[in-house]
Amino acid sequence: MQVSDMKRVYPKEEYCMGCALCLVACVVEHSESKDILLAYKKESPRPGERNVVEEGFEGDCFSLQCRHCERPDCVDACINGALYMDNGVIKVNKDHCVACWMCIMACPYGCIYKEKNKEGGWNSNKCDLCPDREIPACVEVCPNRALVYEER
Amino acid sequence: MRYVIIGNSAAAVHAIEEIRRMDDSGEIVVFSREPYLAYSRPLITEYLFDGVPERKMAYRDAGFYRKHAVDLRLAVEVVKIDRTRKEIVDSKGGVTGYDKLLLTAGGVPFIPPLKGGDRENIFTMMTWDSAKKVKEKLKDIRRAVVLGGGLIGMKTAEGIHEAGVKTTVIELAPQILSRILDSAGARLFEDYLQKRGMEIILADTLEEVLGDGCVSGVRLRSGREVECDMLILAIGVVPNVSIAKEAGLDTNRGVLVNERMQTSDPDVFAAGDIAESYDLVVDEARVNAIWPLASLQGRVAGANMGGRDESFQGGFPKNSLSLLGLHTISMGHVDPPDDTYEVISRIEREKHHYRKFILKDGYICGGIFVGDIEKAGIITGLIKNRILLEGDVSWLLTGTPQLIWLDKTYRDEKLTKPVYS
Repeated sequence: MQVSDMKRVYPKEEYCMGCALCLVACVVEHSESKDILLAYKKESPRPGERNVVEEGFEGDCFSLQCRHCERPDCVDACINGALYMDNGVIKVNKDHCVACWMCIMACPYGCIYKEKNKEGGWNSNKCDLCPDREIPACVEVCPNRALVYEER
Repeated sequence: MRYVIIGNSAAAVHAIEEIRRMDDSGEIVVFSREPYLAYSRPLITEYLFDGVPERKMAYRDAGFYRKHAVDLRLAVEVVKIDRTRKEIVDSKGGVTGYDKLLLTAGGVPFIPPLKGGDRENIFTMMTWDSAKKVKEKLKDIRRAVVLGGGLIGMKTAEGIHEAGVKTTVIELAPQILSRILDSAGARLFEDYLQKRGMEIILADTLEEVLGDGCVSGVRLRSGREVECDMLILAIGVVPNVSIAKEAGLDTNRGVLVNERMQTSDPDVFAAGDIAESYDLVVDEARVNAIWPLASLQGRVAGANMGGRDESFQGGFPKNSLSLLGLHTISMGHVDPPDDTYEVISRIEREKHHYRKFILKDGYICGGIFVGDIEKAGIITGLIKNRILLEGDVSWLLTGTPQLIWLDKTYRDEKLTKPVYS
């Protein structure tokens, strides 16, 4: 079961401080204004989360985002093709999503999130590896290089 | 090389995509009984009340078949497979030869012999066309009875209820949704739905359909009568195995397949709701008629048909369902098969929150989430990857599931290198 070569985001548990700047940078990057103040204070609804900082019982933590699996269970589970692969990147067509949460049932990493949309309904939300950037926002913002973006 | 596919839903679409990854010159011919491009079958109950716009029912964009160079034959049924000549015969009399054949013909509603079953306004809900017939009638009726409180029955009841028609569900078992929920989980849904005006009658079944010409009601085994002017039969779906059986392929409930999704004939494959394949939770072959497995099996079949060896590692039931806004996700066993299993659960009735997990020797083999479903897939992953849970597992019942609570070897395996799935 071969996995294709592409850059992915990898967490480094031993470096993560749990500051959650990766979450903030992600929200800002996916906001309309791409401005931290406007994104948090003015945009409604604010872009939903796409990543998480997992925290253990002993102060251990790491930042986690979609693994961009070679053969993703979420895409198999999606009942109407709203989740799809685009050159190895798993994306969600929010306009097509029906919020059935089959993807939440399927993702073994817990990397799919519910997002409230402008119409008052819901859609899936997930990491898209920041298509407008060379390095995903979460990786670039991390003050202790606890996230890396590389080919492994 | 000519690939022939019978059926045009999830398994077929994924097989087409997979075949074309390896073979851009072979011919792909797809036969479907239905007159539509691949659509989301689970959404036909939403269609009843316009719960989602029709455009969202499309499983692929309209250009899909052209892009993958598929010769699509719609509204044509395949009536015979001749394995000696390697050809199929269709309902229009056409004969099509194949090198590799894939059966993805899904299931058909089980219709029991019913006293009064020849009345008008009795329907099933399996195809978009069947939903269209029901929707058309909904405008003129006041009360509907849905016979069967399984997944299709309950989603249909929801659709009819949301369309403004008083709905009664009749279920033979003492609970609804018995394949995807235990009795406590089902009870939450029963209370929730009844409070919102849906009637649910348990432990009873239909004895006779009443009315002359049209349905006017049903009489139940208990003697009780329920008035209605529409009856939906949703007591079960059986794999559509008839032509496979006639062709001499090995069948049980479904068409038997190996891990390459090959039937007893190495040039004939089967995938999706028609196939009986390895279930890793019960450790034997089962028909698990769920969308995600149809996609996965279609892909595995397509890979092997196209010449790349790929194996199906086994599936198990997993479902995500919402009814009138209450959501549940469950996977694997919903009740322990015997007393060697450990069961942990936590319920908050007023909030309609419930969690339950079934473990055997430290391995999770089943789970239920009602209400709060966030990250439920982490549990699906634990079952799929057979991960041993060590130490205190009470976190399963309280917080949102996290990978950091799991064994570091599993975490490192999944987070420090690229993953297949």
